[in-house]
Amino acid sequence: MKVVLQNLTKKFPSRNKKGDDVIAVNDFTFEIPDGKLIGLLGPSGCGKSTTLNLICGLEPPTSGRILFGEDDVTRLPPENRGVGLVFQNYALYPHLTVLENIMFPLQNLRGADKMTRAQMNEKAVEAARLVQIDGLLERKPSELSGGQQQRVAIARALVKMPRVLLLDEPLSNLDARLRLQTREEIRRIQQETGITTIFVTHDQDEAMSISDMIVVMKSGVVQQIGAPQEVYDSPVNLFVATFLGTPPINVFDGNVRGGKLYIGDAAVCDTPGVGDQPVSVGIRPEGFTLDEKGPFEVSLSRVEVMGRDTSVVSTHPASRNAVIRSIIPARNRVDRNAQTVRFSLMPEKVFIFDSKTDARILFGAE
Amino acid sequence: MKKKSLKGWLYLLPAIVFLGCFMVYPLIDVLVYSVEEGYNSASQTYTGIGLYNYSYVLRDPYFLQAVRNTFLLVIITVPLSTGIALLISLGLNAIKPLRKLYQTVYFLPYVTNTLAVGLVFMILFKRTAYSDGLINLMLRWFHAGPVDFIDGPYWAKMFVLCFYTVWVVMPFKVLILTSALASVNPEYYSAARMDATRSFRVFYKITLPMISPMIFYLVITGFIGAFKAYSDAVALFGTDLNAAGMNTIVGYVYDMLYGNSGGYPSFASAAALILFAIVLTITCINLLISKRHVHY
Amino acid sequence: MQNKLDFDKIERRAAGRRRAFKAVDYFFLTVWALIVLFPFYWMVLSSLKSYSAYNAEYIPKFFTLSPTLQNYRDAFTAVPLGRYFLNTVIFTLATTGLMMVVIIPAAFAFARLEFAGKQIAFTVFLSLMMIPGELVVITNFVTITNLHLRNTFTGLILPSVTSVFYIYLLKENFEQIPDELYRAARVDGTRDFEYLVRVMIPISKPTLVTIVILKVIECWNSYVWPRLITDDVRYFLVSNGIQEIRENGFGRENIPAMMAAVVVISVPLIVLFLIFRNKVMAGVSRGGTKG
Repeated sequence: MKVVLQNLTKKFPSRNKKGDDVIAVNDFTFEIPDGKLIGLLGPSGCGKSTTLNLICGLEPPTSGRILFGEDDVTRLPPENRGVGLVFQNYALYPHLTVLENIMFPLQNLRGADKMTRAQMNEKAVEAARLVQIDGLLERKPSELSGGQQQRVAIARALVKMPRVLLLDEPLSNLDARLRLQTREEIRRIQQETGITTIFVTHDQDEAMSISDMIVVMKSGVVQQIGAPQEVYDSPVNLFVATFLGTPPINVFDGNVRGGKLYIGDAAVCDTPGVGDQPVSVGIRPEGFTLDEKGPFEVSLSRVEVMGRDTSVVSTHPASRNAVIRSIIPARNRVDRNAQTVRFSLMPEKVFIFDSKTDARILFGAE
Repeated sequence: MKKKSLKGWLYLLPAIVFLGCFMVYPLIDVLVYSVEEGYNSASQTYTGIGLYNYSYVLRDPYFLQAVRNTFLLVIITVPLSTGIALLISLGLNAIKPLRKLYQTVYFLPYVTNTLAVGLVFMILFKRTAYSDGLINLMLRWFHAGPVDFIDGPYWAKMFVLCFYTVWVVMPFKVLILTSALASVNPEYYSAARMDATRSFRVFYKITLPMISPMIFYLVITGFIGAFKAYSDAVALFGTDLNAAGMNTIVGYVYDMLYGNSGGYPSFASAAALILFAIVLTITCINLLISKRHVHY
Repeated sequence: MQNKLDFDKIERRAAGRRRAFKAVDYFFLTVWALIVLFPFYWMVLSSLKSYSAYNAEYIPKFFTLSPTLQNYRDAFTAVPLGRYFLNTVIFTLATTGLMMVVIIPAAFAFARLEFAGKQIAFTVFLSLMMIPGELVVITNFVTITNLHLRNTFTGLILPSVTSVFYIYLLKENFEQIPDELYRAARVDGTRDFEYLVRVMIPISKPTLVTIVILKVIECWNSYVWPRLITDDVRYFLVSNGIQEIRENGFGRENIPAMMAAVVVISVPLIVLFLIFRNKVMAGVSRGGTKG
């Protein structure tokens, strides 16, 4: 099922009477292709959960339209939309067993869709098998681990074969190990069922690793939509650049003078076609190459060996972060006792942004 | 260590003195009283030890009348008040504007003097030589009555007593149930909505199980409270409840102790212990049932 | 297009159902509100009717065009309502005050102090919570009578100054206060009693206020014990006063004057409630029962 959002806007009335409305989602337009896994990504309060509530119908939009396939569902109440929603805290009914929880949506079906008990049972077991909890059907939710509860919640959302599956922060209540495992699981289930799935997260790792496409949001406004790698490699503004990537991108104050980018007094990179102006510079950690003759000199703080890679921690007066982190292959030895280190930079890992609007300034071949 | 212990007990001392004098000692004493036969409160002597007091009380028609009244009151008002309170709380939970106002109004009976408002109820229901009273006026609109609810037939008196009892206990129940309903995680309702659950099923399958612990709590405390009914009856029918045929078990205890029919602490003790046994039994039964039906 | 129409219909029907439900809901809520409020209205109304006007109404009227305050004057002059009132205030303040003095140290001992036999003592306290008041009233009545304390404030007050339940409530609250505070205070050389007065009591103020409010309501409305222990009108509390007025007061039929008395004794608690609405309701839902 294709999902189309057209100019979707949601305003909440302000708490105090005279204040302005709070705009939770502002003019969101996006066409989600059928059968894809979409990650809605942004810091808390960016409007991603509101977007989810708009899609499932728990909140009505202020303006704009939502279409499932060709159907306009904008004003349809949630019960008639045929969406499955997995809540952040799972919202499993504590007094019902796993099986009863999964069967719950089926028991609501009426008319032509009404099922016999045996059919419901079969469907529920099938859904349980899909998420691999078919051994726990008689337990109560309180007897399950967080990861198992998560699976039950997914099974409950899937059992009625929703047109769209929505997941609200699906991994936030799991510990780190389980998180890795469960996100693979979500990917697998989504691919097996082929249901268009939208999930909300504030964790860029999560979104990057399993999504077909990610939507980066900030204060109600969509910043960028695209395949994860594409967004990572080509962020449209400073916010997207800093939000994606671990370790995070290093940001500097810089200047463009005569087609060259200067950080401090060093000309670190050619920026053909960019006019002279102060800029913000973002350099991905992997964009540094150890180079004795490199133009960019930083004061070395320490070297952290991480096995495959080495992380060089350093400082520079023009850096906006307290430290600069650069990742270099472990075979490149760094003299730990040196006062300074010199790098050359990979141009494709260097982004420059307008110092006022934070918008990306493209240069060179791009 | 020794000194430290002493300090702890010192802090407890006032509480222990008061509890000892007015709670522990009386508890033992009431057992003693109840088996002292032929106790004379003037000379403080008794004729023997035995269960005569119990058998006297159990054969006393006034006591049997009081037991009958009390049981009727319990059986009628506990389910009724809990049911109505549940409906009202559901209604309150479904609205936003004016909710606080309604809650405040509903709570008012809790802070009023039972005796005082009981007097108002009496006047509303009473038929006198001068007036049939307001309720009878209203009955006449429906071509019924007039009935004297205060000095008239038994069922009419019982009706007023039950009505007033429900009116008095409602604030507590509504308060508890509204906060129980409000504490149900709204995500459950959202989840149910996503699954197109009809509202009756939401109530029956989600709301009710979720608040079942509180409902049982109210039933249990409701039973205990209704078994101890007394001042409501006094408010409506005056202090001579035996004459009105509307005495309750607690009323019987006090009548045995004091007033025109008083001076028999032994009979009062026996009756109080019988009441205690009844309440204890019913509470245990309630707890057993709730264990089986409350889901967590 | 077909689809769109369908959705409109679904939406309209859902909205209609919601509105109908709301209307029915408000209707029933209002009916109950009227049932609750009506006795209050009736008592104020009756108290404003003159004696002759009231008795002339074979069919009671829902309003009065000639309100009079005469009944209120009667209530304070014909029967000693002022005295009942004063007695109740004294009784309520003394009982509540004494109770706080008794329960605060007890709760503190259970919550903070370590001493031999604490567990056993606490278990005994807890089990006392199950004992219904009706059981102990009998002996207390005999005790107070034998001590010749009938018709005294001492006799009225003494049996009501402890409440196991409030000790329990307060102890739970005291235990919420982090241990670190206690240890920090000990390091600073604060003695236990000082710590109780200067740290725990201020922190637990909300709970203490709740307990005071609940106890005040209980005292103001208490009927059974005062009735047993007083037969001298000079020591009657308002509840007994009302009963006395009803049976021998203004002459049984002066209902407007009775209603004036009822209004006077109902007002203080209602005012208290309206001021401390949230505290009262929160307190009752935590630990009150009635009926």
